[in-house]
Amino acid sequence: MELYDIIFYLFAAITIVSGIVVVNAKNIVHSAFSLLLTFFGVSGIYVLLGADFLAIVQIMVYVGGILILLLFGVMLTNKITDVEIRSGSFQVFPAIIGLAAFAAILFGVMTSTNWKTESFEIPATTTFQLGRLLISEYALVFELLGILLLVALIGAASIARRDKE
Amino acid sequence: MYNFLIDIFGSPVIAFFVAAALPLFLFILPYALIAVLAERKVSAHMQDRLGPMRTGYHGIFQTVADILKLIQKEDITANSIDRTLFNFAPYLVFIGSFAAFAVLPFSSFFVGSSIDIGLFYFLAISSLVVAGILMGGWSSNNKYSLLGAMRSVSQIISYEIPTAIVVLTMVMLTSTLNLDTITNQQTAYFWNWNILGGAATGIAKFLLIPLMFAAFIIIFISTLAEVNRTPFDIPEAESELVSGFFTEYTGMKFAMFFLAEYANMLAVSFLITVLFFGGYHSPFGYLGNSLGIEWLVPIEQGVWFATKGLTFVLVQMWLRWTLPRLRVDQLMTVCWKYLIPYSVAILLLVGFITLI
Repeated sequence: MELYDIIFYLFAAITIVSGIVVVNAKNIVHSAFSLLLTFFGVSGIYVLLGADFLAIVQIMVYVGGILILLLFGVMLTNKITDVEIRSGSFQVFPAIIGLAAFAAILFGVMTSTNWKTESFEIPATTTFQLGRLLISEYALVFELLGILLLVALIGAASIARRDKE
Repeated sequence: MYNFLIDIFGSPVIAFFVAAALPLFLFILPYALIAVLAERKVSAHMQDRLGPMRTGYHGIFQTVADILKLIQKEDITANSIDRTLFNFAPYLVFIGSFAAFAVLPFSSFFVGSSIDIGLFYFLAISSLVVAGILMGGWSSNNKYSLLGAMRSVSQIISYEIPTAIVVLTMVMLTSTLNLDTITNQQTAYFWNWNILGGAATGIAKFLLIPLMFAAFIIIFISTLAEVNRTPFDIPEAESELVSGFFTEYTGMKFAMFFLAEYANMLAVSFLITVLFFGGYHSPFGYLGNSLGIEWLVPIEQGVWFATKGLTFVLVQMWLRWTLPRLRVDQLMTVCWKYLIPYSVAILLLVGFITLI
């Protein structure tokens, strides 16, 4: 099991370090690219937890979709219109107070919660159960989410088309 | 395979690293050596030229000479580039294309990772290539590179949709995402291949054959566009953009991009092989089985897999020297107005057939 521990700490370190870079990088494109590593580290942790489907969805949706969209947005604004986007640290003192309060609450909740612990064998794959649940128990929610995404797509298409009139 | 390596090295960690590195040394590097030369020779003969002839017999050592040249070249990094991202981008692109090989079953002895979401993983991990291309294009601080990267990424993202729909069709037909299981469903003879209706029997098989051919053509076109090959090489259109997102790269970093492109070609060819052409299974049965030599069968399977994959790579090269480049609007028309509606129609029809 020691190997798994090493891998876990590796992924955790990747996630945290790149997360810090995301917040602290002076250049916004550097932030966006270190977000890639953050997503990657999180998906590695999902794999270690036995959530294989979730891990791949993490890469597919966040790295393949959202991150690319984000990068496109940043690059188009940064390079073509010559607007220098820089990120910096403002309001450091209130942020520290807020962060400390949040950490204290989180720590309190985590220690006082009665976590459900039972020995449970990690299933080899979660895809089949997830698929079955999606079309049986959560069918309505699933369909509603599909409609929501369709509405968003149609909305985006109509906004993009309006300029041509 | 993995257990066999543990037996040899006595440690699961070393065996793990060896198993992870094997596809690189067994398949990709020798393949890249051959493919680069093959492309030059194929193009030369298609245009009634001779191609490289000086290095060795009919120029067979040309690629080796090229590699020696690339290693010696100066690694130029211009002052105005973003150094960190510029240096990291080639490796990210290569990681993305190499990681796709992790789930491919090369032979029954060497399956890679037989995870139950292999197909999904294959599609997802290629997004690392997209991020790497954007990284390289942006950090070069060069308008041609940025334009090339933008074109490349929009093209890859658009053509991922028909690929994903065809893959979904195949998942519906085979009811698994595991590439090894898909391969084994197409065992025995070539009429069990998915392109010929898979293991279905009776009327369903005859209904499936035309649909499978159409699905195969769609996925071939869209994967061709995803690996940025002609006629879809708008991202690196030499006459417009110098050479696209890797204009500023020299020496070994350029070689990494080159290697990644060829690795990508091989990976998508292997994917098509697994989905439609029976993976590593022989179309005629095995020599090892009829002779009673058991260890020969996995080797034969590896040879069959490589042969099928390389056939598609050869078709990709052939197309490169046959067809002219598309315009950007034609590129998007092909994807959104033709490939996607047809692939959705195939998805519905195949779903209907598998139900009855």
